Amino acid sequence: MTGPSKVAVLGAGHAGPVIARLAVAAGYPVAIATSGDPEDIALITELVIPGARPRWAADAVADADIVVLAIPLHRFGAIDPGLLSGKLVVDAMNYWPASDGVLKAFEDGGSSEIVARRLAGSTVVKALNHIGYHELEDRARLAGAPDRRAAGVAGDDPAAVAAIADLLDRIGYDPVRLDSLRAGRLLQPGGPVFGAVLTLPEFERAVRQEAGSLI
Amino acid sequence: MTYTFGLDTFGDRNGDADGKPASHAQTIRNVAEEGVVAEQAGVDFFGIGEHHTDYFPMPAGDVVLAAIAARTEKIRLGSAVTVLSSDDPVRVFQRYSTLNAISRGRAEVILGRGSSIESFPLFGYDLADYEELFEEKATLFAELLKGTPVTWDGKTRAPLLNQDVVPHTESGPFPAWIGVGGSPRSVIRAARLGFSLMLAIIGGPPARFAAYSQLFERALDKFGRPPLPVGVHSPGHVAATDEQAKAEFWPRWRDIVALIAPERGFAIPTEASFDWETGPHGALYVGSPETVARKIATNLRALGATRFDLKYGLPGLTHDQLMTNVELYGQQVVPRVRELLG
Repeated sequence: MTGPSKVAVLGAGHAGPVIARLAVAAGYPVAIATSGDPEDIALITELVIPGARPRWAADAVADADIVVLAIPLHRFGAIDPGLLSGKLVVDAMNYWPASDGVLKAFEDGGSSEIVARRLAGSTVVKALNHIGYHELEDRARLAGAPDRRAAGVAGDDPAAVAAIADLLDRIGYDPVRLDSLRAGRLLQPGGPVFGAVLTLPEFERAVRQEAGSLI
Repeated sequence: MTYTFGLDTFGDRNGDADGKPASHAQTIRNVAEEGVVAEQAGVDFFGIGEHHTDYFPMPAGDVVLAAIAARTEKIRLGSAVTVLSSDDPVRVFQRYSTLNAISRGRAEVILGRGSSIESFPLFGYDLADYEELFEEKATLFAELLKGTPVTWDGKTRAPLLNQDVVPHTESGPFPAWIGVGGSPRSVIRAARLGFSLMLAIIGGPPARFAAYSQLFERALDKFGRPPLPVGVHSPGHVAATDEQAKAEFWPRWRDIVALIAPERGFAIPTEASFDWETGPHGALYVGSPETVARKIATNLRALGATRFDLKYGLPGLTHDQLMTNVELYGQQVVPRVRELLG
């Protein structure tokens, strides 16, 4: 090991700062970036995400072991897949037409599967998308806390899933591994755990009940 | 320190004692009545939030505010919020400067980007554009507020060339706020454009927004602007006792959050989560006047805020329950908060 994994969070809207704060609190070196000049988010970072470093997206990604995509899905098309090539990418985005409008490219199938097809050079897992940004921080608990909740991670690459399960555990959730991106559809809007903040047994039960529909 | 205390409504469709819904028209008349009683009870501000649904039938709150203006003398009247992204800033300015004329200078606006988004498809806007729509329109609105002829060019409406927009206000710009739900970049925008900051806190510990107040203060300084107020908008319900307030509010809260949760990404509330949110660290102000007053005072201090707007009412609550809420808020909660804040 060469020290803890470095995390780059792309997006400084609602979800990005919350994820970045949780990662800082868990001891990760964290960079945060938008599509623009890091100077634009310097004040935000200093006051709202103390401990994180605002950077240009390309620099943040180049140095990162884990890249979290926390941008609106309709902006995903503006991301250069080459930028993320070779990286472990956490897709924290959602396709949520009721809230964000209809995107034709995402009308059919699991949104992370579609993201992964475009990011063919990256290893994509789905996580951090199904708990609301306004709750993600408030519900985080140390391991063993009686009221700790569960968070899912789905992906086709077992090592990547394991790495992000470890990250979820460190930021305050009992990780639940789903062994394919396709199974990550269970974490999407309309799925059994989306928007609900469940304990581990509740989460596993909810996922098990609906898993059959994906096979 | 001068504090301001308001009441906000979304035109939550009233129920009768048996739970049968009142008509949209009756609900709107009831809101006008509640606004008049709010002034009599000593409330400083009455706000109406734009919504376009069967349970919040309130798309033209400015018309209702004008009716209240004609029957009141002191209370300030405004939107809470105007969904500026799907409206024309020129029309919004004209409507509220007209309200300002009718009310002799009591109009305000709180502008929102749109967390409640039913107006986008209704008026033909694409939700994917909501950020650009709000950025451009808020920028134009800031220009319109100056009261001088406006020259503006953008993608979201027709350009303006040295355009005089009427009616002129009599004594400078009316107060204008931007409502922010959780994005720090929205805080920066409010500071950059010179709007006051209204924090909409509807779940979780309010104290976590303290960083946003600091961010706003620092950003105003960075943009060379004078200090501007920070306000808090949160839901709640006041009744004679904690038990009564919770008993009236809880089933309505559960029902409405369950209804909008799929669109807004909210967790469905449980009795346990409701107890937490109505407790000392949560975001809901539900209880007796003393309980609600203490919570308001605590959070205004924690957030460095000087304005509190209680979003009262929920679909299904009766007009009588709302009138009691309005009276208790104005007559007991507000004086008690002022006392607590010394």
